[in-house]
Amino acid sequence: MSISLSPSELEVAADSVGPDAGGPGAEKAIEGRSLGQLAWRRLKHDKVAMAGGVVVLLIILVAIFAPLLTDWLGQKPNTIDYNLTDPSTQLPMGSFGGASGKHWLGVTPVLGQDVLAQLMYGARTSLIIGFAATLLSLVFGVSAGLAAGYFRGWADSFLSRIMDLLLSFPVLLFSIALLAVFSIIPSFLGVSGTPLRYAVIIFVLGFFGFPYIGRIVRGQVLSLREKEFVEAARSLGASNFRIMSKEIAPNLIGPILVYATLTIPNYILGEAGLSYIGVGFQPPTISWGSMLNDAGNYFQIDPMYLIAPGMALFITVLAFNLFGDGLRDALDPRSRR
Amino acid sequence: MIRYIIRRVMGAVLVLVAVSFVTFLLFQLAPALAHRSPVYYYVGKIPPSPGGLKLLEHRFGFDLPWYDQYWHYLRSIFFGQTVSDGDTTTHCGAPCLGYSFRLNSSVDSLILQALPVSLSLAGGAAVLWLVGGVLVGTVSGLRPGSFFDRAGMTGALTAVSLPIFFTGPLLLLIFEYKLKWLSNPSYSGITQDPLQWFKSLILPWFALAFLFAALYARLTRANMLDTMGEDFIRTARAKGLPRRTVVIKHGLRAALTPIVTIFGIDLGTLIGTTVITETVFNLHGLGLLLITGIRQQDLPIILGVTILAAVALVVANLIVDILYAVVDPRVSYG
Repeated sequence: MSISLSPSELEVAADSVGPDAGGPGAEKAIEGRSLGQLAWRRLKHDKVAMAGGVVVLLIILVAIFAPLLTDWLGQKPNTIDYNLTDPSTQLPMGSFGGASGKHWLGVTPVLGQDVLAQLMYGARTSLIIGFAATLLSLVFGVSAGLAAGYFRGWADSFLSRIMDLLLSFPVLLFSIALLAVFSIIPSFLGVSGTPLRYAVIIFVLGFFGFPYIGRIVRGQVLSLREKEFVEAARSLGASNFRIMSKEIAPNLIGPILVYATLTIPNYILGEAGLSYIGVGFQPPTISWGSMLNDAGNYFQIDPMYLIAPGMALFITVLAFNLFGDGLRDALDPRSRR
Repeated sequence: MIRYIIRRVMGAVLVLVAVSFVTFLLFQLAPALAHRSPVYYYVGKIPPSPGGLKLLEHRFGFDLPWYDQYWHYLRSIFFGQTVSDGDTTTHCGAPCLGYSFRLNSSVDSLILQALPVSLSLAGGAAVLWLVGGVLVGTVSGLRPGSFFDRAGMTGALTAVSLPIFFTGPLLLLIFEYKLKWLSNPSYSGITQDPLQWFKSLILPWFALAFLFAALYARLTRANMLDTMGEDFIRTARAKGLPRRTVVIKHGLRAALTPIVTIFGIDLGTLIGTTVITETVFNLHGLGLLLITGIRQQDLPIILGVTILAAVALVVANLIVDILYAVVDPRVSYG
């Protein structure tokens, strides 16, 4: 697909041709650019968003290679060492949470586990939940929005009703209650233990979030289906499925990408919050939220164990938010003010 | 207009029935999946004799089909019911949301005790975040790209990335343990000891308001930018109206209408949003009541608080919808 260049893009193109115009450079400058290429050019110039993107990438790498990294540091997240904590106060010995050359961010109160190793494994938990729950929201939301917007009529009223009903649910409270109910159920559909916990948390966050993306997609599809290129495809005898997948869906990638990038940090915060109040993950699964809860009794005397997981959570969420904001501006320049 | 209101009320009632039904069904099904008699989650113990268990299951109506059980629950909300765990029998008057045998109290009175705490927390925080968020958002929206705008929006993005269960303990650490401005304040009713009430809530207010103010500032800024680009603003300027009048009477009024909607719905979900704040600051409000119910596996409390939250949200939605129709003549009553 070729689109016309905006005046500012033409300027950039003219600049890049510069003094030695002619030759291969000149041909390149008038080459049509895809929307994706244009967005990428804009994103590259947004330093804050790029910094966010780099941090996100680093955190993903740390999460993937957590076992290798902790091995390299010579620490295991669940190794208990009572020698590192004071038996009477249960606090880590030494200042700054017992930080040392061996334990860079100190050790946990009571059990004396390495905090840095725990943070790395906690990043895995956070990212798995963030990505999986977002994916679930997208699958439900995009299919519901696409069907509602494309077929209209009774399909639209039915799907929109369901989405409205879900939006008028007290979601947070209901999630808490649902998780509490599942904590008394030993197994469900043959799944039990930690995998069941993952499944329930992903379901609770992802399912209740789907109406938001569903509404966005529905709105987009309602306007896209009236566009000339869809009409052209229809008059050529394209099937509904082909129009939806080949004509409409590619135009939805932008908004979906932006929505996904800004939803992941929300779900990461959601999981941490649920684990903080004690209905999310339980040991031995490591979650930044439950680490923050554990810090509750000790932070008055030694705040290290509060600050380490808190900052990890803050930096991760902020990086996703910065990157997502930049991505939105890059994909839709009109939204930038 | 009246027809519109009637239609909205009927819609709200329908949503309430659906929400309460799904909630109820879920909590009735859970014990079956846990392979434990539902009696355990209602009275906290299983009677030793099988006959006693059968009797209790019969009294609670667990031997009835699910639709009868739901009907039973609805009826007790409107007419009250007599409950018994085999040893003690009490009457729970309407509106009876259930009876907690573990705490020896009706869920209604537990909720009534917790409600003022949650309302104080949410009310104070709402004033703070509304004033702070709208002020920052308006100034930012009027001068996009200025230093204030960039600082304000950076601050807002930082604030939405900071969870209350991190900022809360940090506030406690700084103001209570390091600076010692507040010495372990415990909650007291506003009528008993207003100063103590204020002292116990000032940190939770700021922790909660910080997050919401950021969201409101971002929203107000975006609305303000949209509004100030509208034709009617240009018309007002062209008429020679002073800038203050244009901004306040024409700009702010239009920009704030969507904020009012969001504010109504946020107030409706306050029972949910205060859970974490109440946990952090150990305030015995509705959120902490729910957590207590969960820790003790006390089903009537969980069910009661969840249904109350649903009612609050549906009523808030209804009020916002009706107010919207009254305030904004562009809304059709179709």
